[in-house]
Amino acid sequence: MTTRLDWLTSDTPRSRSQARAVALYRGWRELRANRLALLGLAILFALGLVALLAPWIAPHDPFSQDLGNRLQPPGSPGHLLGTDSLGRDILSRLMHGARITFYIVSLVALIAPVAGLLVGTVAGYVGGWTDALLMRLTDIFLAFPRLVLALAFAAALGAGIENAVLAIALTAWPPYARIARAETLTIRRSDFISAVRLQGAGPVRIITRHVWPLCITSLIVRVTLDMAGIILAAAGLGFLGLGARPPSPEWGAMIADGRRFILDHWWVATMPGLAIFTVSLAFNLLGDGLRDVLDPKSGERS
Amino acid sequence: MIASTLLGLLFVTFVIGRVMPIDPVIAVVGERASAALVAATRLEMGLDEPLVVQFWFYLRDVLQGDFGQSRLTARPVIEDIARVFPATLELATLGTLVGVLVGVPLGVVAAVKRDTWIDQVARVVALVGYSMPIFWLGLVGLLVFYGMLGWVGGPGRVGIFYVDVVPSVTGMILVDAAIDGQWDVFRDAVSHIVLPATLLGYFSLAYISRMTRSFMLEQLSAEYVTTARVKGVPERSVIWKHAFGNIRVPLLTVIVLSYAGLLEGSVLTEIIFAWPGIGSYITTALLSADMNAVLGGTVVVGLVFVCLNVLADLLNAVMDPRAR
Repeated sequence: MTTRLDWLTSDTPRSRSQARAVALYRGWRELRANRLALLGLAILFALGLVALLAPWIAPHDPFSQDLGNRLQPPGSPGHLLGTDSLGRDILSRLMHGARITFYIVSLVALIAPVAGLLVGTVAGYVGGWTDALLMRLTDIFLAFPRLVLALAFAAALGAGIENAVLAIALTAWPPYARIARAETLTIRRSDFISAVRLQGAGPVRIITRHVWPLCITSLIVRVTLDMAGIILAAAGLGFLGLGARPPSPEWGAMIADGRRFILDHWWVATMPGLAIFTVSLAFNLLGDGLRDVLDPKSGERS
Repeated sequence: MIASTLLGLLFVTFVIGRVMPIDPVIAVVGERASAALVAATRLEMGLDEPLVVQFWFYLRDVLQGDFGQSRLTARPVIEDIARVFPATLELATLGTLVGVLVGVPLGVVAAVKRDTWIDQVARVVALVGYSMPIFWLGLVGLLVFYGMLGWVGGPGRVGIFYVDVVPSVTGMILVDAAIDGQWDVFRDAVSHIVLPATLLGYFSLAYISRMTRSFMLEQLSAEYVTTARVKGVPERSVIWKHAFGNIRVPLLTVIVLSYAGLLEGSVLTEIIFAWPGIGSYITTALLSADMNAVLGGTVVVGLVFVCLNVLADLLNAVMDPRAR
């Protein structure tokens, strides 16, 4: 009798989609054994849900000011995490801020690896002058101190979430290009690529159809491990006033707002910091687990 | 190699300078200048030349150490940087010291006692370090240790009574105070630097301890370690002489890289602690649209960063017999 479980754990998959499902299921089972990674996934799932539903579940409007109720401590009636200097509910602002954080992270996590993938695979596959030139460019960007470069970019582009995304992505792509190039160099010489080429496939088809899918795994691991760094960079830019503009409930900007009265009203700056820490810790936990599953060879991050 | 990286660095900063939404001419002559003056200044600054020529001018100036004048301080940017850089250096050096002194032993112990509670603690310590927004931790540190407990000095390098008391020789307040023999200033400066330095040290510790652990694990599983143990070499000597002796070179590279990281990572820390270093300088300049200062600061930080990277490679080449 074949059950769904048998189908998922079969050693002899009958179709390509079944083979994929089997591989996914195996990875999932390994990941499930890693409790910390699961914890990270659960936190991210919960926060994602909160971000998605923020307009409906937030107890207050994140922008509406109530000057009679300013700087209420956590636990005051109606304000679980207290209120900020303009009497806005901190919990509601954190919930809405989660949307901004996820928005920034997903955009950077989309732009930077794709750019790196493009540069790396082309450099690795074409070789020669193109390779030398592209890798030189990568090295230059890699040699830059990232935060300072992002600062300079953000300043040049002006404040705003999209510009912060662009600034972070501009500094984040080089490691992906390196990884993609290294993978491409090993893939390029394998027999199946020669076979595809003999069948008449051009370089574009080979790169997009046969090289990219094989690079994805190591890129995903790297992206998950990078997420925390992206969040911290975005929060840092927001803190400096170069990210989202007030009154936007961006977490870094909220810390900057609460900084002025940290000694008397600690919760205004502390709560958003805890939120940032929770999200980046969750990404790190998940990233460590994913790395063990997808890429067991590489030990520590470098 | 290093030349092309530097050229790239200068090119990128040049582009950033051109893209900035600030008119460099208005920045110099002010908003109320007459149209004729604006036009004349534009000519004088060479802004009518093609971009390639402008880049050439920029290169020439920078190579002579001329980053132009800061609009904010009305002094040459290079002088400003020379004044603020020692403060950053002082902070990053102490931070790295903390990172090495705690991180290396922690990593070694975590590798030796693999999968015990101590390894787990080391892992959590590093994970938290990777996940913590540094500026927030700095704020909380100030709140707890300065605001609530009063154990350390507040923001700034020294208390208000000690400002400008010691003559500046190296620009590093601890060294200057020691040279001058003013130990009360020295003590006060220590109470101010201990929190930011520990904080930076924590971030460097997270990285150094993880790298040490993975280097050590690799060595401890090697056959020569088994041989040494079988031979009856004491465990302490197996760990510290045999295994640790072999990871010294890669570890040194890691430490140099983390030092470079701290020089950069101190940007946000400096702002929290009102530390008058290059990070504060760049950020203040940024917020007041002082373009020359921003670009000059970025170039200098980039330069130091590149040089430290090269140094790491060199150290590796010199100290590792296999790389010769």
